[in-house]
Amino acid sequence: MSEVILEAKNLKKYFPIYKGAFRKRVGDVKAVDGVSLYIKEGETLGLVGESGCGKSTTGRTILRLLDATEGTVTYKGQDVLNASKDEMKKLRREMQIVFQDPYSSLNPRMTVSEIVGEALVEHGIYKKGKELDDYIVDVITKCGLAKYHINRYPHEFSGGQRQRIGIARALALNPSFIVADEPVSALDVSIQSQVINLLTDLQHERKLSYLFISHDLGVVKYISHRIGVMYLGTLVELADKKSLFDNPKHPYTQALLSAIPVPDPTKKINRIILQGDIPSPANPPSGCKFHTRCMYAKDICKEQVPEFRDLGGEHFVACHFAK
Amino acid sequence: MLKYIIRRLLHMIPVILIISIVIFGIVKMAPGDPVGTNLDPKATAEQRAAERARLGLDKPLPVQYWNWLTRSVKGDFGDSYIYKKPVSDVVPNFIWNTFLLNVVDFILAFLISIPIGIICAVKQYSKTDNFWTVFSIIGISMPSFFFGLLLIYIFSVKLNAFPINGMVTPGKNATGWAHIKDVMHHIFLPALVLVIGSMASLVRYTRTSMLEVINQDYIRTARSKGLSEKVVIYKHAFRNALIPIMTIIGFWIPGLFSGAVILETTFVWPGIGNVMMDAISARDYNLIMALNMFFALLTLLGNLLADIGYALVDPRIKVE
Repeated sequence: MSEVILEAKNLKKYFPIYKGAFRKRVGDVKAVDGVSLYIKEGETLGLVGESGCGKSTTGRTILRLLDATEGTVTYKGQDVLNASKDEMKKLRREMQIVFQDPYSSLNPRMTVSEIVGEALVEHGIYKKGKELDDYIVDVITKCGLAKYHINRYPHEFSGGQRQRIGIARALALNPSFIVADEPVSALDVSIQSQVINLLTDLQHERKLSYLFISHDLGVVKYISHRIGVMYLGTLVELADKKSLFDNPKHPYTQALLSAIPVPDPTKKINRIILQGDIPSPANPPSGCKFHTRCMYAKDICKEQVPEFRDLGGEHFVACHFAK
Repeated sequence: MLKYIIRRLLHMIPVILIISIVIFGIVKMAPGDPVGTNLDPKATAEQRAAERARLGLDKPLPVQYWNWLTRSVKGDFGDSYIYKKPVSDVVPNFIWNTFLLNVVDFILAFLISIPIGIICAVKQYSKTDNFWTVFSIIGISMPSFFFGLLLIYIFSVKLNAFPINGMVTPGKNATGWAHIKDVMHHIFLPALVLVIGSMASLVRYTRTSMLEVINQDYIRTARSKGLSEKVVIYKHAFRNALIPIMTIIGFWIPGLFSGAVILETTFVWPGIGNVMMDAISARDYNLIMALNMFFALLTLLGNLLADIGYALVDPRIKVE
């Protein structure tokens, strides 16, 4: 496909843990621990993994809504993590985010037109007035809302409608890269498909690139071109959709995919049941982080961190034994 | 909205009636009566009985209450026994002194505390935040009369920088600008005590309220829009944090008039707090009742104002 628009290298985000009366730093929660990925223009990269594996933190760190502990993020050749205030402001126009919870991510004291229009005024794209209003109406109708909605407050909308406001808000600045942080997980299934179709329609229309974060494999399979699988703060596998689903290389991916329910009661599925719980990200296992639950684990897995290597055809995997 | 206000005002009538019965009952339950203060200690039992009859205190309680109520509704609150003039003449002499002291406290406390509270929330656990936390704990824990006496000792007795008590210099009879300067000189210490006490809690309120809002998802949304930190804090966060602060403002309104009884006594401020204390110890029924009813009414109005203010600042709340 086309060129790489965003690249993250060895991205790390540690949250310090403080203890005691003097708030001594006793350790870190390694929420994101060395993630490297790239996204091409007009492409959707799906990011999956179980709760707490660092998907959302990755998305937010890439956008610098959280400060990274280590690593680099480049957007169209520009260093995001070290950009100055003014540069960052320009970057915000290009890189937007749609949040998970449409109930809490909209300011309850602002009307739809204020929510959507505020950033436009702040970035000096429009001045308050008729032109701005026309543009707002234009954006929200594209996102499936109507003109008469503009003077309403968020609490007057349903969940699906609010997520549309969130999308309209992100889209208003005409960005080229959007982090969609579980945009549909708070919505019911019929609304999910509407919102996902809206996102894909907008992608075709505007050549948008998405980093689509989700724990729903079905949704990710539908919307993504390539998919990354995360486990305990690291990417374990990253490949295009087809080769990941048809030929998963990492044991964790294999287990994850085997858990997808098949709508056919006569078909027998070989479910791979993982033993144990996800370890604490404050004290992750040595070597390969997955070795405590992996059925193929050998001694080398406890000692050496597997390299995140390309098996050919942009199929990356972090496992000593993958071929 | 207007309909709502009228309905709320009508609701106040039964509430006020119930409050008046309760206060009347409590005041009459207290032992002693004003006859002792009115008459010569050597007065005979007959003289006392005559005085009681003159004041209407010999009738059964419900009759006394009814007499008080019918008079009060007409605007006649009776005479004060200690001041020997109508209550409605006594109160205005003192109420504005109390109001002056409290309004200074109110304005200064809000102007200073809210910005400090915001800074503390934005820089949670920083040195600044910790300093104001300690300040607040001291401010809340220290009784106002003790702190007042401490200030009097340091600034008035030792340094001789401010007058010990009162509101004007006795015998000076200054007018115009000189009078204002004299009052300002006298108000400094009591106002300082009040402002520090009010700040202590108000800084904490603002900080808590701001912290709650700052961690909301929509603040992250505002940041992702690329808004400057100033806009995020003052436009998105502070306006939402203001909602709980509105309630406190509502509660403070009656305090503007009833104010600081103990502090007025400490600084011999000629305010309504002092009058109230005197009235209670002399069983000056008419004065006690009038003042208490006035404070009750102010409290109800303050609550109403807070509710209306709520609806004004929060579009999610509808007063219907």
